[in-house]
Amino acid sequence: MPIDKNLMRLVKIEDVNIETPTVKTIFFKDSLSSVSKPGQFLMVWIPRREELPLSVMISDTKNHAAITIRKNGYGSTSLFNKDIGDRIGIRGPFGNSFSFNKSLKNIIFLGGGTGLVPLVRLLYYIKEYDSKFTFIMGAKTKSELFFTELIYEWAKAKKIDLHIATEDGSLGTKGYPTDILRAFLSVHKDIDMIYTCGPELMMKKVYDIAIINSVRMEASIERYMKCGIGICSSCCINDKLVCVDGTIFNETKIQKLTEFGVSYRNKSGILTKF
Amino acid sequence: MDYDIPINIAGLDLKNPVIVASGILGLSQSIFDRLYKIGAGAIVSKSISLLPREGYRNPTIVSVDNMSYINAVGLANPGAESFSTEISKNKGPLLVSLVGSEKSEFSVIVRKFRDHKILGFELNLSCPHVEKMGMEIGDDLKLVYDIIQSIKKETTKPLFVKVGLGKSDILEVAKVAESAGADGITAINTLRAMKIDIETQCPVLENKIGGLSGSAIKPLGIRCVYELSKSLKIPIIGCGGIMTYSDVVEYMMAGASAIQIGSLIGLKGISSIGKIVMGLRSYLEAGNINDIKEIIGIAHR
Ligand SMILES: Cc1cc2nc3c(=O)[nH]c(=O)nc-3n(C[C@H](O)[C@H](O)[C@H](O)COP(=O)(O)OP(=O)(O)OC[C@H]3O[C@@H](n4cnc5c(N)ncnc54)[C@H](O)[C@@H]3O)c2cc1C
Ligand SMILES: Cc1cc2nc3c(=O)[nH]c(=O)nc-3n(C[C@H](O)[C@H](O)[C@H](O)COP(=O)(O)O)c2cc1C
Ligand code: FES
Repeated sequence: MPIDKNLMRLVKIEDVNIETPTVKTIFFKDSLSSVSKPGQFLMVWIPRREELPLSVMISDTKNHAAITIRKNGYGSTSLFNKDIGDRIGIRGPFGNSFSFNKSLKNIIFLGGGTGLVPLVRLLYYIKEYDSKFTFIMGAKTKSELFFTELIYEWAKAKKIDLHIATEDGSLGTKGYPTDILRAFLSVHKDIDMIYTCGPELMMKKVYDIAIINSVRMEASIERYMKCGIGICSSCCINDKLVCVDGTIFNETKIQKLTEFGVSYRNKSGILTKF
Repeated sequence: MDYDIPINIAGLDLKNPVIVASGILGLSQSIFDRLYKIGAGAIVSKSISLLPREGYRNPTIVSVDNMSYINAVGLANPGAESFSTEISKNKGPLLVSLVGSEKSEFSVIVRKFRDHKILGFELNLSCPHVEKMGMEIGDDLKLVYDIIQSIKKETTKPLFVKVGLGKSDILEVAKVAESAGADGITAINTLRAMKIDIETQCPVLENKIGGLSGSAIKPLGIRCVYELSKSLKIPIIGCGGIMTYSDVVEYMMAGASAIQIGSLIGLKGISSIGKIVMGLRSYLEAGNINDIKEIIGIAHR
């Protein structure tokens, strides 16, 4: 019988990768997650603690997948503290995915922090395409950057331009990744698509820049999630439910989302300004 | 598509008898507008308390088999003030669900919606997983009576009272509600239930105990509606485990004048509302039933 993605599965952590002192990638075996589309997310249960929505990260092992967690508050710290052999629960994958096809010849990825996760999974899926890839990464400072090694590794087999922006200038360009994007688009007029994931105000800038330059874009939007299956409304943005109608929205859809980059609903459902 | 199967319930004219249950997509005006457009006959809001509530920590919902859920959201809601702003421009068929822990709160909440274009109210006496709210109120018959009277004093709009399977007998609670002036009964809410993960040996929901909804509770819902409609004069809205139009028909034959759907939307998505309505229409057409009233309570004969 096929596994029902809505039912929680207990999985054992088989491997971990320390990306930075506060970011960890956790690998586990789960066939449904292993075939999840780039941009999809899991609801991850940390027994006795929390359940969090997390993007699916890649694993090189068959039937395996991973999640990459940044240590922050209660739930994420409980997950960060888990180690090989510990068990977590997962349900999903949920949500739509980035759209991609071989006709996109010139693609930009722009992300920061754990927003890189779905972008890396997407790049993994399409890196064999005969397209040009530019990856723009942002972080506060050099020590907070991760996944750069992975991308350099892939770049050995296939040309991937990696641009880095740090707010303090400790690596790459000093400033924001969106500054790099703006400059890049003023020179390169043949971009087919920008994929972005990260802080919403950053993605709002990407959206604005894409519109000015008439470039297509897709962003992965985050909202507070409880059910993950489209019944509780906690994740809504305008008339869309991020967990089922998203998390990926393109520029045409975003144009109608007046709350994008402006407000979100807090845990009680009150519309709150960013 | 027009989704028309006109019905009248407690003096309200609805486009069709398929209502979105409380707590299901119940927080946002933009979502309500979308639900009206895709076929909902009416919508019940999330249960609104006087002050905002954050609810419980996740996990707040767990799937127990393909067709049922246990949830303990903990009545997370924006509170009366904020929600009255949210729906200030509402034009659609909306019922505001009310929840509280003290009698005095209800009239204050209802007053916040005095100038709103809404159909009416639903009183949640049956949330099974929050202390001193919902079911614990519903179990106190004297309090039920007083709360309903205090709401009816504030508004001329219809008030539905939502009952469940608590400590007090559902028939008794419903009869008290009727005598206190309720215009209709919604039955049933979720049932106290639990899920334990045997590998980690711990309850899954943060609140440990939650409310069971979906397919598993349908036979109970049917039984309750059947018994309620036998002994009440006010109309009944059936709720619990409706997955197909035939479940709607079953509830109506048991005596429901309208129905609510919840879990189905999680299983089959938001478009399942329209599909249920169209399925019901085809059923009526195929059976040459001109007025859906003809089947209400037919199983009692
Ligand atoms: C679709 C999606 C994919 C995500 N992918 C990743 C990822 O790959 N890696 C990663 O580290 N983080 C990811 N997140 C964020 C993650 O879910 C948590 O929000 C974050 O880890 C903070 O958790 P915390 O326990 O520290 O939160 P807390 O300290 O409890 O709260 C801090 C903030 O975290 C956010 N948050 C907490 N719980 C939730 C929730 N249930 N849903 C949405 N936001 C919440 C809220 O904005 C909250 O204000 C993703 C979020 C979404 C919606
Ligand atoms: C996630 C969730 C939240 C709910 N919240 C409420 C609520 O706030 N107030 C209420 O009266 N009922 C609430 N309910 C109960 C539903 O309105 C409905 O009575 C129940 O789910 C049974 O119907 P169903 O089997 O079609 O889901 C909730 C149900 C679910 C699944
Ligand atoms: S998280 Fe519940 S509707 Fe999206």
